[in-house]
Amino acid sequence: MSDHKSTYNPKSGFEKWMDRRLPLMRLAHDSFVDFPTPKNLNYWYTFGGILSFCLLTQILTGVVLAMHYTPSTDIAFASVERIMRDVPFGWLIRYIHANGASMFFLAVYIHMFRGLYYGSYKEPREVLWVLGCVIFLLMIATAFLGYMLPWGQMSFHGANVITGLFGAIPIVGEPIQTWLLGGPSIGNQTLQRFFSLHYLLPFMIAGVVILHIWALHVPGNSNPAGIDVKDVKKDTVPFHPYYTVKDGFAIVVFMILFSVVVFYFPAALGHTDNYIEANPLVTPAHIVPEWYMLPFYAILRAITFDLGPIDAKLLGVIAMFGAIALLFVLPWLDTSKVRSMRYRPTARYFFLGFVICGLTLGWCGAKNPDDALPFMTLSADQLVVDYTDVNGNPAQRFFDDYELAKQALEDQPASASATLGVKKGDAIRFIHLAQFMTLYYFAYFLLIVPALGLMERPKDEPDSIHKSVLKGKAKAPAPDGVAAE
Amino acid sequence: MSDMTESDHETIDEDKRDFVHIASGMMALGGAGAIGWMFVDQMNPAADTQAASSLEVDVSKVAEGGEIRVLIGGKPFFVRHRTAAEILSAQTTDVTKFPDPETDEERLRTLPDGSFNPAILVTSGSCTHLGCVPVGPGNNTGDYGGWYCPCHGSHYDTSGRIRKGPAPKNLPVPDYEYVSASVIRISL
Repeated sequence: MSDHKSTYNPKSGFEKWMDRRLPLMRLAHDSFVDFPTPKNLNYWYTFGGILSFCLLTQILTGVVLAMHYTPSTDIAFASVERIMRDVPFGWLIRYIHANGASMFFLAVYIHMFRGLYYGSYKEPREVLWVLGCVIFLLMIATAFLGYMLPWGQMSFHGANVITGLFGAIPIVGEPIQTWLLGGPSIGNQTLQRFFSLHYLLPFMIAGVVILHIWALHVPGNSNPAGIDVKDVKKDTVPFHPYYTVKDGFAIVVFMILFSVVVFYFPAALGHTDNYIEANPLVTPAHIVPEWYMLPFYAILRAITFDLGPIDAKLLGVIAMFGAIALLFVLPWLDTSKVRSMRYRPTARYFFLGFVICGLTLGWCGAKNPDDALPFMTLSADQLVVDYTDVNGNPAQRFFDDYELAKQALEDQPASASATLGVKKGDAIRFIHLAQFMTLYYFAYFLLIVPALGLMERPKDEPDSIHKSVLKGKAKAPAPDGVAAE
Repeated sequence: MSDMTESDHETIDEDKRDFVHIASGMMALGGAGAIGWMFVDQMNPAADTQAASSLEVDVSKVAEGGEIRVLIGGKPFFVRHRTAAEILSAQTTDVTKFPDPETDEERLRTLPDGSFNPAILVTSGSCTHLGCVPVGPGNNTGDYGGWYCPCHGSHYDTSGRIRKGPAPKNLPVPDYEYVSASVIRISL
């Protein structure tokens, strides 16, 4: 915390000499050794450390991969295959990098949900939260740019769909799209700039991470009780060794999960289509983004209706970017002064609903929106023959049996231009679920969160962090001699 | 010297200072904007990319009933040599009830002598729904004998007009012209 006095005590002559010129050791000591940290942090609070580990892993493996990769449409795909087959340990480095992106997003989502649950975004940590949102946005951009580089079918056509979203913006959309692609469509020049920016952005992330930690160290950590540190001596412990060890243990557990994915399921999170070299003339039948983008992709596709002068495509793009933009302004949408949802009996159920909403949107994003939900088929699909009747009006006949439908098709004269098709039966489909969840997503931020703070009656918060830690252990002897409540 | 400084301090011309601040600030801003534009504009299509944005195609090489697919600046285009039956169905169907009504002749371009060659149809190769590339002759031509988009099931007829499915518009006819009776030039 910013008002904490430095306890750094340079011992050797060199340390003293250095401290007068560049007090780097003092900064490190005050930030990561003797930094007063609330003593009640649980394992949800270790994901900041895990994320630092993820960023370091991605930068390290990425720099190495760039030594072997060639950003040219002629040989990009082959150079990735060469990394996989010929470069010593190339397969391992690439699998760590590709799956590392997934692990990074897994950790960041948990980190964000932790912040939402314990109210870490509230006064005085608004800037800390906004910087976190900036990092999240940069991560999405970096992941999108990186996914293009292997130059597979999904790389190419996924990038085509996403850059096509900019084309939905009226008037300036198409010039922006051309500017981003550097030509009328994705070509060599696009691959080169995507590679350059994919290399740049992680260092920008690292820069914002420094600001993020700085903004964390001014007010100090939030904590599960959601109350401020009142007595530094009783409420906090030094970061080292207490949280270096706790974070270290969490990182090791995370690395075990990471290793299991890399060594046993390295391709489970990828798409087989991306092992086919990009071909602008053939589109994969089912374009899906990586799993960590699916909730936002579901929101994009959930908008199938026009709203006034805004057509469905543009409205979908606005909704998708709006879903991320809402995170930035959350600190000013939440009217509740109580940080931790431990003491918000109603809000925690709506929060649970929000977690389910996020997961369900991810599920919807992975599925074909027109498919029926499991067990939600209300009537079977039917065959339909469209034709023009003797009066010249369009007419339809429905069949359950293919032979009968085919017979009816052949019975029509050529002038009726009869065609055979399928009429989908009634069902509750993924699109309906996605629309409902999109509604909940926006309602959560725009209605539920602002209203709950005014209407909810929170439970009593504990008087202090050290009392909240001792609560329930009143009969146990207090280890540091503090009287239990 | 010190006396002079003292007296200077007493007669600060605030207007003059404001002028110098604003003028130098504007100068710096203009310079930053000019150099910034260089960095923004370099991402626009380069001269060679722009130069590669048209292509001449010899349509006499396309077999009847078949099509060729050409890429211009990475964008796909279909050049189809239609059969007599395909031309007939494209010309005789009543277009008024189509989602995007256009007659077959509106979708053709004239030869140098002013006549039409209905056998050759040139369209964009991007489905107007989400930009997938439809499949055509030799594969599945859909319910109307033209093209079928496997992504979300749009059916196009033998004039490239949308007849069924989510696509809102006909396959666009690109900017092209006959430079001779058998050669067309397609431009982006």
